[in-house]
Amino acid sequence: MKGPGRRTATRRGTDPEAGRAQPANEDGRAGGERVNDLAFKIGTVNGTGSASANGLLRSAIFRMGIPVSGKNLFPSNIQGLPTWYEIRANARGHTARTSRFDLVVAMNPATYGRDVAETVSGGWVMYDSSWPLPRELDRDDVTFLGVPLAKMTVDHFEGSRVRILMKNICYVGALAALLQIDLAIVRQLLRETFAAKAKLLDANFQAIDLGYDYAMEHFDCPLPVRLEPMDGNRDSIVIDGNTAAALGCLYAGATVAAWYPITPSTSLVDAFTAFCHRFRKDPETGRNRFAIIQAEDELAAAGMVLGAAWAGARAFTSTSGAGLSLMSEFIGLAYYAEVPSVFFDVQRVGPSTGMPTRTQQGDILFAAYASHGDTRHIVLFPADPRECFDFAVEAFDLAERFQTPVFVLSDLDIGMNDWVVPTLEWDDSYRPDRGKVATAEELEAATGPFHRYLDVDGDGIPRRSLPGVHPAGAYLNRGSGHDRFGNYTEDSEPYADVLARVGRKIDGSAPHLPAPEIELREGARIAFVTVGGCRGAVREAVEVLAGRGIATSWMRIRAFPFHGEVEAFLKRHEINFVVEQNRDGQLRKLIVAETEAAKGSLRSILYYGGLPLSCHHVMDGLAPWLEAVAPATANGVQPEGAGR
Amino acid sequence: MSHIRKPRVHHPGLARNRLGLTRRDYEGAMSTLCAGCGHDSITAAIIEAFWELEIAPHEVAKTSGIGCSGKTPTYFLKEAHGFNGVHGRMPSITTGAHAANRDLVCIGVSGDGDSLSIGMGQFAHVVRRNVDMLYIIENNGVYGLTKGQFSASADVGSKAKRGQVNREHPIDSVLLALNLGAGFVARSFSGDKEQLVPILKAGLRHRGFALIDVISPCVTFNDHHGSTKSYQYTRDHYNRLVYADFVPPAHEIAATYESGDARTVKLHDGSAITFRKVPGDYDPTDRDRVYGYIRERQRSGEVATGLLYVEPALEDGGNASDFHGIQGTVPEPLTECAFEDLCPGADALAKLQGRFR
Repeated sequence: MKGPGRRTATRRGTDPEAGRAQPANEDGRAGGERVNDLAFKIGTVNGTGSASANGLLRSAIFRMGIPVSGKNLFPSNIQGLPTWYEIRANARGHTARTSRFDLVVAMNPATYGRDVAETVSGGWVMYDSSWPLPRELDRDDVTFLGVPLAKMTVDHFEGSRVRILMKNICYVGALAALLQIDLAIVRQLLRETFAAKAKLLDANFQAIDLGYDYAMEHFDCPLPVRLEPMDGNRDSIVIDGNTAAALGCLYAGATVAAWYPITPSTSLVDAFTAFCHRFRKDPETGRNRFAIIQAEDELAAAGMVLGAAWAGARAFTSTSGAGLSLMSEFIGLAYYAEVPSVFFDVQRVGPSTGMPTRTQQGDILFAAYASHGDTRHIVLFPADPRECFDFAVEAFDLAERFQTPVFVLSDLDIGMNDWVVPTLEWDDSYRPDRGKVATAEELEAATGPFHRYLDVDGDGIPRRSLPGVHPAGAYLNRGSGHDRFGNYTEDSEPYADVLARVGRKIDGSAPHLPAPEIELREGARIAFVTVGGCRGAVREAVEVLAGRGIATSWMRIRAFPFHGEVEAFLKRHEINFVVEQNRDGQLRKLIVAETEAAKGSLRSILYYGGLPLSCHHVMDGLAPWLEAVAPATANGVQPEGAGR
Repeated sequence: MSHIRKPRVHHPGLARNRLGLTRRDYEGAMSTLCAGCGHDSITAAIIEAFWELEIAPHEVAKTSGIGCSGKTPTYFLKEAHGFNGVHGRMPSITTGAHAANRDLVCIGVSGDGDSLSIGMGQFAHVVRRNVDMLYIIENNGVYGLTKGQFSASADVGSKAKRGQVNREHPIDSVLLALNLGAGFVARSFSGDKEQLVPILKAGLRHRGFALIDVISPCVTFNDHHGSTKSYQYTRDHYNRLVYADFVPPAHEIAATYESGDARTVKLHDGSAITFRKVPGDYDPTDRDRVYGYIRERQRSGEVATGLLYVEPALEDGGNASDFHGIQGTVPEPLTECAFEDLCPGADALAKLQGRFR
């Protein structure tokens, strides 16, 4: 398998160049030593159990105190198709996706070509040398690290399933040696995972050692691009957004969840179910203080949420774009009949079925105005799992306070990938904001009749009453035309009166929604405006630009209808580059439609290919402007992130 | 007639139930349906059933979809909350309401278009889920509000007002519900209040899903010669197959029946249904035979009516397979759970996050 031209690492000392850093390449990257600033990925076949091995690597790096992210690129498939896990560790906290990998672990022959090609010049490819790599994959500027993983596992373990699993653990061991991942931490993580399975633990320890020892013996470990313990993760956790959102629902007191399985939102309800079983059972009877209903479709899921919310429960559904399309008739009903309801939309690539396991921000416009007729909705845009937790709680409060559907627009990257975020916090003095709900006592004491849609307080928010509480609170909730007293109407004025009031109510919600996150830079003429999970890549771009002497402010919009600060920010800058992950510039369109900001000051930087946004997407989008305005600077801009 | 406002003061001599309420207290707004509409007769039977069962109106949740049937919850129980949702989706709304507050007495009113066309999926799944509700299909074989199109329950050969003949096979909600495992299945006729009221009462007391499909002629669009859902056709082909009396929990079974004719089936709350004049080989608790018998009557051109099938209660009166039985929920409504019992608190959150490090 070794041939002239292939740079293959061998035993330390026999080849002076083996495993050593290459001279700085044309990008000026990968040269010399680099500590706590690297990206690597593992290409495997889905269904081979690599997820736990990859999670082990990510957790170990996290425990070393290094900011890290883990992104799983997986197919819409059960078994047999290519899948990748990408890990980026960065001391400065830049953990957005990067598409340039220092090291690639190529475990899937079907993607060898692609995996080798995606390795950065001067980087390393680790592969299973039980079989030769095809010669056409040869690259002079990449070092190949052959580890006979299959052979080792066949020699040391029995049973095909165990061998497949241990092969994964073997590469963890080899990577620990190459990247200088703390082996004690890896062993401790395995101990925690297999606390009750001593036999499995022994096998895992053995597999780790096999990989580690092989690498130590055959390569010059560690590589110049490596990791060292630091203290960057104090008070942080690693969590995905769906788990965090589920925790938010648990803590907010949601009791009814209705849903239909759809990638990438399913794990939100799965997590909610697990948390409920752990925390929501009556300790004496073991009975459930929750109802989770797997509906026949998304229409039914939405109907169940509305029915439960109307009856007084905090109820939610979790779906993705295709499901939201199906729910849209009910969304209009919730808006017009003023039923507090929470919709999590974990966005994936559309339109139609699109790419179910890839990420996008394609539902922004749809969520803002979902359903026919005049509708306008409260939409929250979390940037990371921490905000998924906070916004989940806030969504229930807002829904009940404003008696309207509230959307939490997460996406696949936020929802299903592993993020390092500050520890979730909870204030035990929190009590749900149920909004204006007439109690039995109030209804009993009232001198006049109760009218469901009467704007008693002048804020556009009427009082509601719950079924089963008091006969004086009875009303017929309906999506058909109704007047302020809740009666059916087909008359212009009483109909328009209610619709205008509902509009005022939503307008009035803006100051109560999460304000935008803003960082103003002195002297900045340009700014980035972004939303959701683009945050990391945009911040990284801001740092890259600062390094080139270009001051850039940035704003991340966190809710719709827009907070007053949004427009004020936009008017401060000559050009606002609106960075988002869709084809049509949906956030930009929403800004144009909903603010007085000059349309010409808003320029789109778009990426909609389905992978999490990278700094280079932002810089690529900015390149035409840089060339036109600041050519000298443009030449100096690196294609990749600030940490490189 | 809808311009007439109902008087708010009741005649002092009106009969009162044990809650001190008159039948008038169980009424709603004046109907805006066509004079003679079968739906109004069903509304009257609903009012009678609730009054006789002495259920406080505000403990009821009444739900509906879209169509003429969708309007009817306005016409009964004005002191009950109602939810008139979107077309064909009454089942999901009722499921949600029942999930949140299991103490609500749920009654859903639907139509043949609402349940058997646009909402057939939801109808099927609410049966499967065994939601504790009384589900009424006001079945007239026609779309009234959109002026006379056939519905999915229209019989082959039935003629529309403008003369078209339906050639597509009907969907029979009763056979469908039996197939899907419904524990209470009935068919009646809006013109037979004597049969309808006891079935409604039994359906309201049955724990779990109860279906009653009521042939309810549309006087404007489907009451002509050649229609199989007209008053005349229904009367001519109507077979009061099963006579059932509803016996409340505290009452002795007082009616006397000729030996061999009567059969009593207990419901979950201790009430009972007494069947009389059941055909010799008919067993209202044998799903397969009931199914076969209805098919047989249909082949001979009869509409078999009555409480056709009922699943007896378990010995302890419970129903482990109803919605909340399957869900394993606490006995009190979820809406009444204290927030302290729902939110695990800051300490638990801190501890939980150990696994995310």
